[in-house]
Amino acid sequence: MTTARNRAIDRIRRDRTLATKVRLLDVPETVEDDMDETTIPDERLELVFTCCHPALAIDAQVALTLRTLGGLSTEEIARAFLVPEATMNKRLVRAKHKIKAAGIPFRVPPAHLLPDRLAAVLAVLYLIFNEGYGGRGDLAAEAIRLGRALVDLMPDEPEVRGLLALMLMNDARRDARFADGEVVLLRDQNRSLWNLDQIAEGRTALERALALGGRGPYVLQAAIASLHLEDPQDWAQLAALYGELARLTGSSVAELNRAAAIAEAGDVEAALAVVERLELDRYHYLHATRAELLRRLDRLEESRAAYGRALELVHSDAERRFLEQRLVELPD
Amino acid sequence: MKYMLLIHQGNTPLPGSPEWERLSEEEQKSVYADYQAINQTPGVTPADVWMEAPETATTVRVEKGETLTTDGPFVAVKEALGGYLFYEGDDLDAAIELASRIPAARMGGAVEIRPTKEG
Repeated sequence: MTTARNRAIDRIRRDRTLATKVRLLDVPETVEDDMDETTIPDERLELVFTCCHPALAIDAQVALTLRTLGGLSTEEIARAFLVPEATMNKRLVRAKHKIKAAGIPFRVPPAHLLPDRLAAVLAVLYLIFNEGYGGRGDLAAEAIRLGRALVDLMPDEPEVRGLLALMLMNDARRDARFADGEVVLLRDQNRSLWNLDQIAEGRTALERALALGGRGPYVLQAAIASLHLEDPQDWAQLAALYGELARLTGSSVAELNRAAAIAEAGDVEAALAVVERLELDRYHYLHATRAELLRRLDRLEESRAAYGRALELVHSDAERRFLEQRLVELPD
Repeated sequence: MKYMLLIHQGNTPLPGSPEWERLSEEEQKSVYADYQAINQTPGVTPADVWMEAPETATTVRVEKGETLTTDGPFVAVKEALGGYLFYEGDDLDAAIELASRIPAARMGGAVEIRPTKEG
């Protein structure tokens, strides 16, 4: 209750200080003069598109978005991205200077540019979310807050709702993803640790997105996240959705997930055939998936070699321990 | 806002080269037509000269009072400036839209947009 109230106060405080935030960006004066209670929502949207303009480096887009829309201090952003405050400050100053000097517009892009530019905005929010999902939870919460605000500002854009739905449902499982610092697979997760309210909110957002005709990458990923929360999972449907996602985005990672879904649906041979076609040699999940499929096919020597390759590439300690455990459990 | 658009030819086939001769007549015509359309776009001030190929460039440095000249452009030939124009438009998006219509941008080169200010 206190949290909710604080959040509401934060929101109001953030809206009130928006004029200051806009001034941080040094946008044209006419914009500041028009700043009153009624015009604030639209101008916040314009600010989103300015901060996420593709003429800015992606790390600058992320930093500007957190600073001007998220209300994080430079110090907080620096800490979140593990860089010295001076570095982050320089990054922000440079980005603001470029906005002004290069004439990056302060407006919602016209219709013919909107799909590309909105995709850039969503990519920034998702990047912020994933930074948080990897452990820094405050960033995930911030990304969700920004996602909710963007839904308010662009209620008819299905991809915006799709992204919010995706973030809500993934974040809802945060407490269950690790136990004593170890990775817990979805099927082994303690469901009582899932945030059910957040899952319900995510599903509602997904339904609205689908009702709006959304079939874009974020809507698809949200639909996938939703299916993963069901017990038992509909693996055939999941494989179809991953296939559609791979087709839409050309993503080999989506194709790898399709393979995993095909295997869970029962056809391990077909799944392995999909994996063998992928060019993702530097991606440890590819080798981990391949190892698991080979194990199920009783091709143990090849499985061992694939786990070895996955272990060469893995970065996170928790995932390394997980892979080592799987390797040890392989029968001789 | 005033911008200078710097056209880097990269691998773009240039008139007179064998690569250019391999283009169909239609493709050659569309390159000329596109450049003409660019030059006639409101806000565009085309360069009033053509730049000769970067291979003909001479680069000058002065070290300890001594003038050093070397053959070729300052950067690699493929990265050298091939042409330029000036553009006055609303904002960076307008300049990006113009730049994306310059043939070199789609034929293996790139266009750099540099904001300018009165000196």
